[in-house]
Amino acid sequence: MKLSSGTIRLIIPAASLALLLAAVFYMQPRAMSYTGLNLLFNLAIPIALATIAQMLIMSINDLDLSMGTFVSFCACVAATVLQTSPLLGALIFIGAIAVYAGMGMLIHVRDLPSIVVTLGMSFVWGGLAVLLLPSPGGTAPTWARAIMTAKPPLVPMAIIASILIAAVTHYIVMRSSFGVLMRGTGGNDRSVERAGWSVIGIRAATYALAGLFAIFAGIALVGLTTSADANIALRYTLLSIAGVILGGGEFVGGKVSPIGAVIGALTLTLAGSFLSFMRISPDWQIGAQGAILIVVLALRLALNRLEKREKHQ
Amino acid sequence: MTIRMMLAASVVFACFGGTAFADTSSKKIALSNNYAGNSWRQAMLTSWDKITKDAVSKGVVAAADPFTTAENQATEQAGQIQNMILQGYDAIVINAASPTALNGAIKEACDAGITVVSFDGIVTEPCAWRIAVDFKAMGESQIDYLANKLPKGGNLLEIRGLAGVSVDDEIHAGIEAGVKKNPQFKVVGSVNGDWAQDVAQRAVAGVLPSLPEVAAVVTQGGDGYGAAQAFAAAKRPTPTIVMGNREDELVWWKSQKDKDGYETMSVSIAPGVSTLAFWVAQQILDGKEVKKDLVVPFLRIDQDNLEDNLKSTQKGGVANVEYSLEDAQKVITGK
Repeated sequence: MKLSSGTIRLIIPAASLALLLAAVFYMQPRAMSYTGLNLLFNLAIPIALATIAQMLIMSINDLDLSMGTFVSFCACVAATVLQTSPLLGALIFIGAIAVYAGMGMLIHVRDLPSIVVTLGMSFVWGGLAVLLLPSPGGTAPTWARAIMTAKPPLVPMAIIASILIAAVTHYIVMRSSFGVLMRGTGGNDRSVERAGWSVIGIRAATYALAGLFAIFAGIALVGLTTSADANIALRYTLLSIAGVILGGGEFVGGKVSPIGAVIGALTLTLAGSFLSFMRISPDWQIGAQGAILIVVLALRLALNRLEKREKHQ
Repeated sequence: MTIRMMLAASVVFACFGGTAFADTSSKKIALSNNYAGNSWRQAMLTSWDKITKDAVSKGVVAAADPFTTAENQATEQAGQIQNMILQGYDAIVINAASPTALNGAIKEACDAGITVVSFDGIVTEPCAWRIAVDFKAMGESQIDYLANKLPKGGNLLEIRGLAGVSVDDEIHAGIEAGVKKNPQFKVVGSVNGDWAQDVAQRAVAGVLPSLPEVAAVVTQGGDGYGAAQAFAAAKRPTPTIVMGNREDELVWWKSQKDKDGYETMSVSIAPGVSTLAFWVAQQILDGKEVKKDLVVPFLRIDQDNLEDNLKSTQKGGVANVEYSLEDAQKVITGK
């Protein structure tokens, strides 16, 4: 049986997730239950959504360094304006999506490095978040809280949400014609342009879609925490990039995998719990998390080489 | 017969209150800490270790494990708390990264029947206990002291903490209230020292040339030594600088006191408040009725007890008090 390269790409992240999960279950049998799984994974949902947003940006060879502050900003909006006057909140979110689309166009038209533009925007989002919530507070909209704390029968919400996110984005990115164009732009934007497509339009739409997923991440996060803080999601910038790479994506070439990205986000979350169950001292935890990342990436590199050698034969 | 004896003994224990060893000996308490990167937090963790190790070895509780998140982030601490729920702790003692962003995880813990006690960085979730410091009173006490020492009043320089942090707002409000009560004082300048000596020194040095004579400097802790250095560098007379219990501040104060009888006071919260939180959690697990909001006194050092406090303060550390079970019971009963 011949496996497609996409499947091979997914094997490593899926296997590392399974391995980590087995280790956590071994150390903490209490986790092997409905509530246990929910507690292990519910904070991974916003990370998975942010990872998907980052993956969309990375599929067109860009990088969003404002992801963390933008999700924080969205969380602040969700906990304040969206809660008190839903219409105004929705308008702010639409405005934010428009800004994201504009950012995509600006980067393309002026041929700017996305890192610089998004890094600059991160200060804008951070400032807006502090303006909205100068001191931590706010209340989650009841519906967001209800969704995030829902207790569906048999399978915990965290798992259902992860599968749903993976399925929807897999359809958008891998099956729809827009997804093909997007990945094509990442692979070779000139050829997409020569084929008669508007690259600027594709970029704008990709950024807008990324903005939308980041907004979902903010709302999901507030649904879990019940209230917000202007610095609530700063970690998401690096977590989302790590999640994409862990899940088999690449920085360039439009090579991304939505299912992999979700698995990557889950793996990163689980790695944190794993290290804490291992009672590793916090001084070593960041290092240990890095070590897990390096091991997974090294495995992937080895597999990539194997794949190439097979192609040559 | 022996059983009846044991029962009688436990009744006696219960009647005397206090050391109810029997009830919490199987309980496990965890400390969830968000940050360990300064001298105050290090002292806090050391105090926790010292007191809880003793408590565990005496069988008061089964375990008291400290956990610190690698990065000072609310989402990470929320995950840490959820892990503690899975690990089956009976109580979680928290110094929180955010007063609100952990509420979801804390609610999960409460729903799982876990006692949650927050201190220093407290949380707003109603199901948790809060051990708060009356920072406003801490600010006001500085002006009260100055009003006593300088009855004629004078100009004040205020060094504030990290902008946007609630502690800074509260201490500032206390100082403002104190000045209102004692109109002979006037705040002529205000800078942000970020609770760090180097930042405070830079900020004070920057603002000094534009200031008239300063009679006293009111501070928030961790900034007094830097202020003194800035005054010395500008060759201005040293005003009365209120200190914040840091070792370098106390050493400076001692040297000035020995030289020319310099007088001031020093005030801050003791990092050992973590041990108070531990005992409060133990008491709640023991079935004691405890108010949801407790106030912990701050630690004040005066001219006459400077030497004693300096002796017990570690190099580069913070003056500290650790709480015993009896101290905690006093705080709980509000006496």
